[in-house]
Amino acid sequence: MVAAANSSINGTPTRKHGMLRTLLAAGVLPWLVALAVCFFSIGSDAFLTQQNLLNLVRQASYLTLVSIGQFLVIITAGLDLSVGVMLAICSVVAATVMSYWPDGLAGSIWLVIGFGCLAAMGAALIIGIVNGIGIAVLNVNPFMMTLAMSSIGFGIALMMTGGVPVYGIPSAFSDVFGFGTALGIPTPILVTIGFIALVHFLLQHMHVGRYLYAIGSNPRAASLSGINVAFYTFLAYSLCALLASVAALLLTARLESGEANLGASMPLQSIAACVVGGVSLTGGVGKLRDVVLGAIFITLVQNGLNLMGMDSYVQMVVIGCLLVLAIVFDNLRRRLELSA
Amino acid sequence: MHRGCFGIAQIKGDPVQQVEKVSDRVAERSVGGHAEVLRVESLSKSFSGNLALKSVNFDVRAGEVHALLGENGAGKSTLIQILAGVHKPTSGRIMFDGQQVDIQSVQHSRALGISAVFQEFSIAKSLTVEDNLYLGAEPKKGFWIDRRRQRAEARALLQNLGFALDVKAIAGELSRAEQQMVEIAKAFRTPPSILILDEPTASLTDAESQRLFELVRELKQRNVGIIYITHRMHEIEKLADRVTVLRDGAHIATLDKADAPNERLITLMIGREQSTLFPTIDSRPGKTLLEIRDLSAADFSFGGANLIARAGEVVGIAGLVGSGKSQLGRACFGALPVRSGTVQVDGKHVTNKTSRQILNQGLCYIPSDRAAEGLFAQHPIRQNISISSLLMPRLSSKGLLKRGRERPFVKDVIDQLEVRPTNMEAAAGRLSGGNQQKVMIGRYIARGAQVYIFDEPTVGVDVGARHAIYQQIKGLCAKGCAVVLISSDLPEVLNLSSRIYVMHRGDIIGEGVAADLDEERLLSLMFGH
Repeated sequence: MVAAANSSINGTPTRKHGMLRTLLAAGVLPWLVALAVCFFSIGSDAFLTQQNLLNLVRQASYLTLVSIGQFLVIITAGLDLSVGVMLAICSVVAATVMSYWPDGLAGSIWLVIGFGCLAAMGAALIIGIVNGIGIAVLNVNPFMMTLAMSSIGFGIALMMTGGVPVYGIPSAFSDVFGFGTALGIPTPILVTIGFIALVHFLLQHMHVGRYLYAIGSNPRAASLSGINVAFYTFLAYSLCALLASVAALLLTARLESGEANLGASMPLQSIAACVVGGVSLTGGVGKLRDVVLGAIFITLVQNGLNLMGMDSYVQMVVIGCLLVLAIVFDNLRRRLELSA
Repeated sequence: MHRGCFGIAQIKGDPVQQVEKVSDRVAERSVGGHAEVLRVESLSKSFSGNLALKSVNFDVRAGEVHALLGENGAGKSTLIQILAGVHKPTSGRIMFDGQQVDIQSVQHSRALGISAVFQEFSIAKSLTVEDNLYLGAEPKKGFWIDRRRQRAEARALLQNLGFALDVKAIAGELSRAEQQMVEIAKAFRTPPSILILDEPTASLTDAESQRLFELVRELKQRNVGIIYITHRMHEIEKLADRVTVLRDGAHIATLDKADAPNERLITLMIGREQSTLFPTIDSRPGKTLLEIRDLSAADFSFGGANLIARAGEVVGIAGLVGSGKSQLGRACFGALPVRSGTVQVDGKHVTNKTSRQILNQGLCYIPSDRAAEGLFAQHPIRQNISISSLLMPRLSSKGLLKRGRERPFVKDVIDQLEVRPTNMEAAAGRLSGGNQQKVMIGRYIARGAQVYIFDEPTVGVDVGARHAIYQQIKGLCAKGCAVVLISSDLPEVLNLSSRIYVMHRGDIIGEGVAADLDEERLLSLMFGH
């Protein structure tokens, strides 16, 4: 009935709709990216330079990592609002651990760095595991569970630091993961590409991906098809936490300090990257490629606005508007598909 | 079709039968005496190039029941959606009361006097019956809703239709049949001259269906023209004055019911000779594969159930809706917690294990509600079929999918079950009901099991798909699987099963050899007599 009513709104198919359909077939995102690139290259001479574009992709890599984690959760019809706080906790834990042995451990600074990274990932994983247990086992609503966890996590991060940045990170860590390059490409980009490949592999070449999509599409059918729904839901939140912790470590290396205020905008931006990339918030639908493109698009808009001299408050307004627009366009596309 | 499809009226009581005869006579007269209300001439509808309706002619007279028959995808839904104002035709004319009309919208259609009750209810479940009845057309007193008048009008409306419904009841708490009554009452808020009923009995119990049939007969006498869509032949026998058969979007025939024996209708509908719908299944019972002992559900929906199913036989479980037959199947599959008792598959205990573990032990349960529990609607047919088999050695090794093997694997299933379309990348949600059912069944058959529990496998499924599904059941049985068939379709249970268990209010109250039972006996058992 609903579907029928929807398609009736569009009425009979006409040539005009046919054209619109072709335009929207690939999703609205490539068009938005093209539009934004045109707009910003006119608005700022510095935009279309090799230097800036490389910088842009590096900036986008942090958001990309968080967004593909968020994506894994959203496919299961979930939501993770605690990704921001995971960044904060990871950053603070990594910096605290690494600065505890300023002269290295057993003569090696890399042992300290490795130890700090593991501790940070462990901290994020704890949040992810608690999220997973609450949502998959105790059936707490994902929105509430992760919202509560972000309050808890932020509180802990502030308690650990008193709101003051933690300094004393080994410079080797920042040199390699914050500012380093390999073959002329910044390390964060390389790390991110590696994780994109891993998630792609997980989604396309392992049963795990199919199961996550199935759970998001119809959890009861998934269960009756022999899928352990609770376990794979739990897995999605844990993987999301791990990906967020990698982003946190890369950002901490870049900032050369542990910040409890890191990642406050990440929940909104990572969800926006998914939605702009056509991922359905009701679960079961979405492509990894489009999420990556979504994250790049959002960073691109921020970067362009920066170059044009707009402050971060304007950027917040713009990102919010884009999010709503993306959803409206996506609905339009779906309606056209239905009437097809 | 089957000897005893005539259903319950003949068996249950003489009064009903008399009513039927009387109304038949009335119907005959009215068909002769009443004018045509609606005429559709060479109506076509295409959806992005695909012709869903090809130059169809159709008419409805006042006071007749005109049955619309066809397999899923034959164009029935498109036709009634055009009449109800949901879609606009691509070409053709619609004449209403002798005037050509161009139906603009659902509201326009209603204003003309065409009311439709679709399969999918449009009820606001948290609102009361009266609020639902007047939703969007609330009687107003100035700015405010005139609740007193609304209540009085709602009561009058329900009383007039003979529905014993409490206007203050919350719609979501009503039974499926009562919700259906609300839907019908809504259609009668402004008295219609054409009423469209789309598979109205699809989820009703037999008793509830009886009530609906009486209502349809009453409406006939009030000169309402009724378009009645159904898959069930015995309903056509009981109710229809004329039958129009559609196939592949084209008008095949319009017949007086007297000229349309079931066999002929089925042949017209599926476009080929079909000597019989039900295959003959040879029962050669081997060892016991499923053994249920003293099983009771944690939610008390059934208790103390004992049942066995052996290799190479089909065992039926008959019962009314709410008898606990469906819950028994679910409990075997770990989808419903068990309070006490045991379930064994091939001698191994699976009581209260998870569905995944039980599937690995060789038992599967194929749910009755394919939309809610069966399909991943947005996902392609391919993924819907392979999802349960991904971890089998054929499709993966060491956690890696062998993606090249998946398509041939799925293609086998599609060919075996004759799924249409054959394009395995089509989204499952866009298939017809029969094909969706085949996809869901195909998933479990592809997975492979020793015990198959089918829960209402042919609800809302056309004759062609039914036939294909029955052939699968026959095939499983021949392969040496144990098949448990949970169904409220009496001919289906009687013709396919070798033994039948009857459930009533949570108890298994009888077991018998199918050959010794007829519909009359089975039905009286189902009612607990």
